[in-house]
Amino acid sequence: MSSEKSSPSVISGAGVSPGHTPGGAPAAETVRRGGQSRGLLASELGVLFRRRRTWAMLCALAAIPILIAVAVRVSSAVPPGRGPAFLDRITQNGLFVGVTAMLVSVPLFLPLTVGVVAGDTVAGEAGQGTLRYLLVAPAGRVRLLLVKYAGAVAFAVAAPLVVALVGAAIGAALFPVGPVTLLSGDSIGASEAMLRLLLIAAYLAVSLMGLSAIGLFMSTLTDVPVGAMASTVVLAVVSQVLDALPQLEWLHPWLFSHYWLDFADLLRQPVAWDSFLTNSLLQGGYVAVFGALAYGRFITKDVLS
Amino acid sequence: MTAAGPATEPYATDLCIETTGLSKRFGHQLAVDGVDLAVPRGSVFGFLGPNGSGKTTTIRLMLGLAAASSGSVRLLGQEMPGQLREVLPRVGALVEGPAFYPFLSGAANLHRFDAADPRAPAATRKARVRSALERVGLTHAADKKVRAYSLGMKQRLGIANALLAPRELLVLDEPTNGLDPQGTREVRSLVRSLAADGATVFVSSHLLAEVEQICTHAAIMSAGRLVAQGTLAELRQDGQARIRVLTPDAGAAAEVLARLGLSAAVSVPGSNGAGDVLYAPLPAGVPPAGADGAVAPEAVVAALVAAGVRVRGFATEQVSLEERFVALTGEGFDVVQ
Repeated sequence: MSSEKSSPSVISGAGVSPGHTPGGAPAAETVRRGGQSRGLLASELGVLFRRRRTWAMLCALAAIPILIAVAVRVSSAVPPGRGPAFLDRITQNGLFVGVTAMLVSVPLFLPLTVGVVAGDTVAGEAGQGTLRYLLVAPAGRVRLLLVKYAGAVAFAVAAPLVVALVGAAIGAALFPVGPVTLLSGDSIGASEAMLRLLLIAAYLAVSLMGLSAIGLFMSTLTDVPVGAMASTVVLAVVSQVLDALPQLEWLHPWLFSHYWLDFADLLRQPVAWDSFLTNSLLQGGYVAVFGALAYGRFITKDVLS
Repeated sequence: MTAAGPATEPYATDLCIETTGLSKRFGHQLAVDGVDLAVPRGSVFGFLGPNGSGKTTTIRLMLGLAAASSGSVRLLGQEMPGQLREVLPRVGALVEGPAFYPFLSGAANLHRFDAADPRAPAATRKARVRSALERVGLTHAADKKVRAYSLGMKQRLGIANALLAPRELLVLDEPTNGLDPQGTREVRSLVRSLAADGATVFVSSHLLAEVEQICTHAAIMSAGRLVAQGTLAELRQDGQARIRVLTPDAGAAAEVLARLGLSAAVSVPGSNGAGDVLYAPLPAGVPPAGADGAVAPEAVVAALVAAGVRVRGFATEQVSLEERFVALTGEGFDVVQ
């Protein structure tokens, strides 16, 4: 169909002449469309990060390393081998606050917050009624779904990053920072150690991609955001419970939470990328499957909210 | 009203909205049942019906929010939902009440919805948002969080959202809901000015008075079916003129009326003891005040009096659009099902 849009009966609803002129070059059109998709993504991120709830969750995540650091600081020396891994090393090197905090938040806090954001993507808009206005704008269902997933991913990146950075900062404030002895026995400088910390945050962000896709799919199933959030979080817990049952060993490599805690390889010299790659492949598979399910559901969904 | 220019898509008809056998089934219930809407370009089209008669579902089907169980929709001459991307940027819509992000300001909400339209130029967004807000009188509340808006303000913001870009068609679902009388008047004049600018305005309402005041055309829905549509004049004409007789001798009067060929005299118990009220439709073509023909109203009076019927009141009346509406949709504004 022609993209001709001018008509004598076009009215200027807002008193401003339309930006699309008759006979606009198709190439220019394509370029602008790309720009406009970024516009929607920017808008999505704006909405996500202007929400008080998002900040509340990021603050709660930031509180984890702070709590750990303060607790270690005010108590006497931690006996080695007790408490979460790396806890006993904090007093020697503050950067381990970040590592410990990430380790602690993997089973529940990170999946919980990511589940809230991912479960809210479509269902939140539907429950609020804004989904129908986005669709008649028209946002385009595929474009909207992609932008929504991108928003969830942005949060999944931000969440472990906040834990890592706040952990490093509070660790540096309360404890000495120096060369870090890796699991392989090698020693690296503080700046390189900081890089490893960010690498772990990236590992966790990748680990949460699959869960985000599951949340997106759950979100297309209902108009009640709390339902989608809860079921996403429950699935994260179920996956970890199944992962703990030795009877289901055949299933373990296929569970999206299976590699969540395997970031210790990143603390070796040289870095062992095996678990990073295996984890990325698995998460990619979950993204493909649940992304396709979300697409199939959302593209035909009757928006009645 | 407006002719399609040579540069425009070829329109098979001069219809802005055309639905053919449009149906939507939810489980066992047909919410929309074989609706054939024909909304001419340039009209202000009232879409009437009691609550639950399928108006909003029809609008959702028109805008591609829900898929039709059967039938088809053409909007601005193009197939929906197949050519949704081409069509919807030219359509402004308020569907089933306004909905916004409560934690964003009014202006930020409009920015958000405008960013969702890939055709809306970002460069003019700010100016367009500002003038849309001005047009609905919300400039002073532009930076206020929508959470703090009253229902009427949200309704205005919803209308502003429909006016963010130049539109050929505006679909306004119950646009005056929650507005005070002043706001209702403003919406009415806004609709008129939009129509004067050449846009087609499709307004759904359960308030007949509203439609009577601003619309050129109307359609009436009842229990999912389209029971009438046309210009307001056509809709009124479909309802005949009738005579109204107040008499204590209802039986005798009915006999006389029957002899004159005025069948189906309906009797309603009088309210004040003055007798019963009889209604009889005058055959089409006889004007209520006409002097010729066998059943001229005055001839009816003469016949009644000659037969000894005590006539205490007599009137000829045109069926109002409201009675027509009630006759088509059933007495009372009960929610259907």
